[in-house]
Amino acid sequence: MIQASEVSWRYGAAPVIDGVSVAARPGRVLGLIGPNGSGKTTLLRLLYGALRSPTGRVTVDDDPLPRLSARETALRMAVVVQETGGETALSVAEMVLLGRGPHLSTFQRTGRADHEIAARCLARVGATHLGPRPFSGLSGGERQRVLIARALAQQATHLLLDEPTNHLDIRYQHEVLGLVRGLGTCSVVVLHDLNLAARYCDDLVLLGAGGVAAAGPVDEVLDPATLEPVYGIGIKRLDLDGHLHLLFHPFAQEAA
Amino acid sequence: MTTVLSETREHDVLGIGARRRRTTLRLAVLTVGLLVTGVIAVGTGAIAIGPATVARILAHQLFGVGDVTWTPPQEAIVWQVRLPRVLLGMLVGAGLAVCGVALQAMVRNVLADPYLLGINSGASSGAAAAILFGAGAGFGQYALSTSAFLGALAASLLVFVIARSGGRVTSIRLLLSGVAVGYALYATTSFLIFASGSAEGSRSVMFWLLGSLGLARWDALLTVAALVIGGTTLCLTVAGRRLDALAVGDETAHTLGVNPDRFRMRLLVIVSLCVGVLVSASGSIGFVGLVIPHLARRLVGAPHVRVVPVAALLGAILLVWADVIARVLLAPQEIPIGIITALLGAPFLLILIRRLHAGGTA
Repeated sequence: MIQASEVSWRYGAAPVIDGVSVAARPGRVLGLIGPNGSGKTTLLRLLYGALRSPTGRVTVDDDPLPRLSARETALRMAVVVQETGGETALSVAEMVLLGRGPHLSTFQRTGRADHEIAARCLARVGATHLGPRPFSGLSGGERQRVLIARALAQQATHLLLDEPTNHLDIRYQHEVLGLVRGLGTCSVVVLHDLNLAARYCDDLVLLGAGGVAAAGPVDEVLDPATLEPVYGIGIKRLDLDGHLHLLFHPFAQEAA
Repeated sequence: MTTVLSETREHDVLGIGARRRRTTLRLAVLTVGLLVTGVIAVGTGAIAIGPATVARILAHQLFGVGDVTWTPPQEAIVWQVRLPRVLLGMLVGAGLAVCGVALQAMVRNVLADPYLLGINSGASSGAAAAILFGAGAGFGQYALSTSAFLGALAASLLVFVIARSGGRVTSIRLLLSGVAVGYALYATTSFLIFASGSAEGSRSVMFWLLGSLGLARWDALLTVAALVIGGTTLCLTVAGRRLDALAVGDETAHTLGVNPDRFRMRLLVIVSLCVGVLVSASGSIGFVGLVIPHLARRLVGAPHVRVVPVAALLGAILLVWADVIARVLLAPQEIPIGIITALLGAPFLLILIRRLHAGGTA
C-alpha cells in the first residue's frame, strides 16, 4: 500500500502537482492517466522518493518514505523508469542481475538463486534469448522488456512503472501489462493509452491541470463526460464483450 | 569430475559462472604478468642484471633463502635503487587506472580520467611552489611531495565545495567544477614558473609536470602510496555493484537502493585522496587512467567488481613498462614517463574507438 497525501511539486515557479492525494491499494493496479504535462511522471517520482515533496507525506505500508533507507525502499518498491542507460556496457543478464542488488549485503556476490530468479524474469518478458547480448545494442522495445525483467527480479512488494508500454509493439503492450496485472502485487502504472488503462488497471487517477480531476474504479473514471474536458477531445465509449473501449474524435472535425 | 562440471554448467543459466571463471583466469594471468614484469624491470637499466639473479636477490631479501651468488653492488642496485622505483610504478599505475574507472562511472563519460577533477593541477601548483620558491622546506626530504599533496588537497576541497553548492552533486556539476578549478590552478602554476625567472627551476617543474618515478625510495611516501592505493582498489571493488548502478543512471541507482548523490560524494573523497597521493609521488602521468579502464572492460566486460581489479593489474604492468622505456630509450638520460604513456596511449585509444564504432562490443 502506497499512500500520498497533499503532495506537491513545482519546476521553477509553475506548480505541476499541487496538493494531490492518491492511494495504491494492496493487490490492485493503479493507473495514472492524464494529458501531456499533467504531472503523471512527477507524481510517480514523488511516490518512489526520487522527488521529496515539500508538503504532505508519502507512506509505504504505513512507514513514512523519508524514514526508509535507500535499500529498504528498493526492497519495497521496484521501479521501471524512462531512463534508458543506453551507454552502459553491461550485458542484458548483468542488467537484470542489478535488480538483485538490494537483496545482497555489501560483500556478497550474486549466487545461483539470484541467477535463477533473473533467468526466470527474463523468460517472463520473452527475453531469454537476449541474455548474453550487450544491453546497449537492443532496440527500444527490447530494452523496455529487459528493464521490466530487472524490476521483477527485484521482487519488491510494490511495482511502479513509468509508461512501460513505450516502444513496445501491440502484442508486447498487452503481454507486459497482462504480466503486471497477473503478479497480484500492488502496482502503479503511468499510462498514455486509455484503452490499455481500461483493460489492465483496477483504479485510475486522472490528472488535470495541477490536480486530480477524477479518481476511483476504472469504470467510473473513464466516463466521456469526465475525460472530454481534461483531454479536449471528443470521446465515445463502447462496452464490448465485457470490456470497455474508447473511441476518439477531434471536436473541430465534428463542428465541420 | 565430468558430472560436477556439467552440473555447474546446467545451473549456470545466464553464463555468469563461465564469465567468473574467465575473469579468475585473466586475473591469474595478469598477476603472473605483473611479477614477470617486475623481475624484468628491476633487471633492466644501465647495469643489466639477469632475471634469475634478480629473482634470487629478491627471494634472499624477502624470505632469507638461497646462497649469495651475486656482488654487493648488484644487490644494492636491485634492492635500494630499482625495486622501490618499480613498486612505485606499479602502485601509481594501479591507482591511476582504478581512479579512472571510478571517475568514468561517476560522471558517466568514457573520456573521464583521474585528472578531470583538477586535482593534478593543484598538485602541480604545490610542486612548482616547492621547486621554485622552496615552499614546504620544513618537511625536509618530503618537501616536494608534501607541498604537492597540499596543493592537491586544496584543489579537491575547492572542487568539492563548488560541486556541492547546489545541495546535490550531479555529474555535470562535478565535471564543470573540476574543469574550472583545473584551469585556474594550471594558470597559477604557469604564473609561478613565469614569476620565478629561473630556467633551471622551470625545467625541473616541467619534468615533474610530465611525471617521473625518480622520487621512489624505501620511505614513508612509498608506504603511504601502498596503503592509499591498495585501500582505494579494495573499496572500489567492494562498491562494484553500486558503481554499476550509478554508471547506468542516477534514477536507476536510486531505484536500486543506492543514493546517487551520497555515493558520488563518498567516491569523490576516496578518489581525491588517492589521486592526491599518487600525483604527489609521481607528477601527472597522463593517459593511463583514461586508456586502462577501456582495456579492462574489453577484457572482462562492464561489471565493476571485475573491471576494478583487472584495471589495477593492467595499469601496474603498463606503467612499469613505460618506465623501463623512459629509462632505456635515451640512456643515460631519462625521459619523463608521461611522454611515453601519452605516445603509447593515444594510438591505443584510437584503435579502441575504431573497434567500438565497428560494432564490436566489450
